[in-house]
Amino acid sequence: MKSTGFIATPGYPKREVNRGMNITVFVPCYVDACYPGVGIAMVGLLERLGHDLKFHPELTCCGQPAFNAGCWDEARKVAARNVDVLTDAEAVVVPSGSCAAMMRKFYPELFHGHPQESEASAVAGRCHELSSFIADTLGITDVGASFPHRVTFHDGCHGMRELGIKTAPRKLLADVKGLELIEMEDSNVCCGFGGTFAVKFPSISTAMGETKIGTASETGAEYIVSNDVSCLMHIGGLLKRRNDPLKTIHLAEVLVQT
Amino acid sequence: MARIREALAPSGPPPKLPDQETVNAALPSVKPDIASMREEFINQSNQLRTEVRVCSDFSEASGALREIAVEGGWGRVALHRGPSVSRLSDAFSCPVMWTDKDYEKSELEKCDAGVTECDALVASTGSILITSRSCGGRALSVLPPHHVVVADAGKLIPDLSTAFVNLKKTYGADMPGFISFITGPSRTGDIERILVLGAHGPRRLTVLLIEDSL
Amino acid sequence: MTSPADKFTEKSTVVAENLDHRARIRDAMKKYEGTRGDGVQRFNDWEAARDSASRIKGNVIGRLNHYLEQFVDRIEARGARVHWAEDSAEARRHVLDILGRAGARRVIKSKVMTGEEISINHALEKAGYEVVESDLGEFIVQLRREDPYHFVFPAMHLSRGEIGDLFTKELNTPHSSEPEELTMVARRELRKRFMEADAGICGANFAVAETGMISITENEGNARLTCAMPRIQIALVGIEKVIPRLEDLALFLPMLATSGTGQALTCYNSLYGGPRLQDEVDGPEEFHIVLLDNRRTVVLADEEQRDSLHCIRCGACLNVCPIYRNIGGHSYGATYQGPIGSVLTPYFKGLRAWSHLAHASSLCGACTEICPVKIDLHHHLLQTRRNAVSVQPARKARWPYACFAFMMNRPRIYGFAVRVMRRLQHWPVVSGRKLLRPWTKSRELPEIAPRSFRDWWKERG
Repeated sequence: MKSTGFIATPGYPKREVNRGMNITVFVPCYVDACYPGVGIAMVGLLERLGHDLKFHPELTCCGQPAFNAGCWDEARKVAARNVDVLTDAEAVVVPSGSCAAMMRKFYPELFHGHPQESEASAVAGRCHELSSFIADTLGITDVGASFPHRVTFHDGCHGMRELGIKTAPRKLLADVKGLELIEMEDSNVCCGFGGTFAVKFPSISTAMGETKIGTASETGAEYIVSNDVSCLMHIGGLLKRRNDPLKTIHLAEVLVQT
Repeated sequence: MARIREALAPSGPPPKLPDQETVNAALPSVKPDIASMREEFINQSNQLRTEVRVCSDFSEASGALREIAVEGGWGRVALHRGPSVSRLSDAFSCPVMWTDKDYEKSELEKCDAGVTECDALVASTGSILITSRSCGGRALSVLPPHHVVVADAGKLIPDLSTAFVNLKKTYGADMPGFISFITGPSRTGDIERILVLGAHGPRRLTVLLIEDSL
Repeated sequence: MTSPADKFTEKSTVVAENLDHRARIRDAMKKYEGTRGDGVQRFNDWEAARDSASRIKGNVIGRLNHYLEQFVDRIEARGARVHWAEDSAEARRHVLDILGRAGARRVIKSKVMTGEEISINHALEKAGYEVVESDLGEFIVQLRREDPYHFVFPAMHLSRGEIGDLFTKELNTPHSSEPEELTMVARRELRKRFMEADAGICGANFAVAETGMISITENEGNARLTCAMPRIQIALVGIEKVIPRLEDLALFLPMLATSGTGQALTCYNSLYGGPRLQDEVDGPEEFHIVLLDNRRTVVLADEEQRDSLHCIRCGACLNVCPIYRNIGGHSYGATYQGPIGSVLTPYFKGLRAWSHLAHASSLCGACTEICPVKIDLHHHLLQTRRNAVSVQPARKARWPYACFAFMMNRPRIYGFAVRVMRRLQHWPVVSGRKLLRPWTKSRELPEIAPRSFRDWWKERG
């Protein structure tokens, strides 16, 4: 049983080409455990673009759950390890807008006034959400992908409002062969996940998710694509409970298709 | 007060106030010539359901006022002795009352219309600027169900900023106790967001715009 | 005694599951979005306008004592009486004193949120005064003995049929559910009250320091009548309403209208500088202002969240908030709802009891994006969550996350936990657990994949 409708792609043979950029992929806890296909797709995609990748299996989480709960000391403990290990990375690529926002936008805030502040800010500036890394940093919009389906795009709030990501994913999707993108009404309205909000206030979270599914379904799309795994986990969970034919898929999983 | 000072004490200097030019640059603007201002004022008024009747002179305005009075079946009208309004007071065949001195609220309440001057007509917003000192008090323009404004074209100004600058120039330290920008007839959307006119204030607002006020 | 947090969870759950409410509010907000979008287009540069507005408010709040002094001096010079109120109780006492000394009996009010904040209606009724709300939406909810649903649209949650029934029941008028007819019913009813009232209580959207005047923004004309007909006028004004210069209104009035209702300007934007002057023909004989603190100085002292005092009460953050849209204005249990309410209420009513409002948010940031004065609303909710942790017992707030940090910093323990959960996830004893009910009530749980990303990476060598 697939979690996100990920179409299985065999593991990639490691390619030895190195374009010079020292890229580390950061695969957060829930992606690692529940949606490994997203991480695998991200690796396949970046390697197809000719980059040699690093991965640190000892890094598990960006620390956002603790941060969002207000437990900033505990969040800092987790974040500090990330900062230490990622100090030499030239670029850290994250497949989820919310984790990328935590590292890029909130790490400087979290370490403000602490001894590791300048290190943390330096690392933060080198963290990127996947779609903005490819489209904005690498300047590539055609990744050689093919995905002949009707899709609609959901903007994860953290990526959109904390990191300003709006056009990057759309530019990438525009160059995917055979893909038809139909914008849903209110693509920029929150899906209702919000971290622990989803379980602290489940009725509100569900109501928001149902509204999102409503607007997505109106487009007639087969897939909801997003650059945030947490949104897809929530939307996907609702869809599955309703036996809804609408499927969820992560942007990386689309872009890796050839 | 002490609490305020205490609360602010440890802070650095607050942001500087932006200058008027910067502020005005962001706001909608109208070219300050009479023709552009008149056009925009009428354009805004149409959207607001303010009736604007352009009259070439006072005699035409008088005729217009008589027409409106008959059409509205006015039994009683309230006025004040402003320069333009006084010139039109003989347009009415029905009884008139004046609000220039102490007047009876209950008498004003019986009036079908209130006719006033204005301090300015703001083109960019379609607003009418009045004050209690220059326009017959606070209630004349809001209590009766039809408010008629008599204004010559010289009253047109481009925007709100100009209005405030002019208020300070005109009244200085001696501001009237009540100043108001009237932008359309009274309305509400409180019931299912459906627009209804005449919620408490006038249901009808008419501006007699006199081109040649000589 | 149910705690505010429990009450909130209870109420919000009921409303969030009400599909009728969801559809109704969605329609109302769609209309708002359309008109607001048009309104924003009218500006030459909306973002520059927001920037100016934010800086003006930043300046005035940063020098609040100076500007308040200026405001008070100038309005007193014109015969106004200024009364300072540290809290709700003191504010109520001032109002009752003023009315008592003036021998007033009938009071009419225009929309004033500060009045809701100090529960003035209840206090007045208890003291034997007759109080009526003149704003149509407030009049409606007053008849229903309810709180306002939204501070710009108090009766947003009601249909015309419900309002029609209400009027027939309470006012004995022939039944109608036409908005036009219902509005005229209210107009006739309230006309009588305007003419009979001894005192009018109003609020203020802005208090202009330079000229010593309060500014009131409205569409109906009821505030104009409230401030023109009775012989006593009492304005209840929060200390944060001050703006420095008269011409700042050229920016704030259109921004308030655009953000609040999508209008270029509301029907009436009026300035009141005091009682009837010597040469004036009408207006109140007495003009009083009650300047209310009520813990605004506590917000002021918190430099991080001080900008919440910039709020011009436009309601835009409520309109755009997906949580507000789904739970409605009555779920918050506080005077101010929506994102700004969630930011201010913990300061006004206590952090420990009210921090749940900061958690009832997905932190999407739509509020911050729409705020005309650029209050950093959603980040304040995060900051409040952090502040709340330090006033709660460590065991409750921090312990789960101490465990979380412990595990996440030890990848072998994390890996082990994943392997265990992978095995157990389908056991009904696990998946049916009460702990997971909040998720599983409406959603399928994500699968823990047979092979994690780490496993895959390791295998490929």
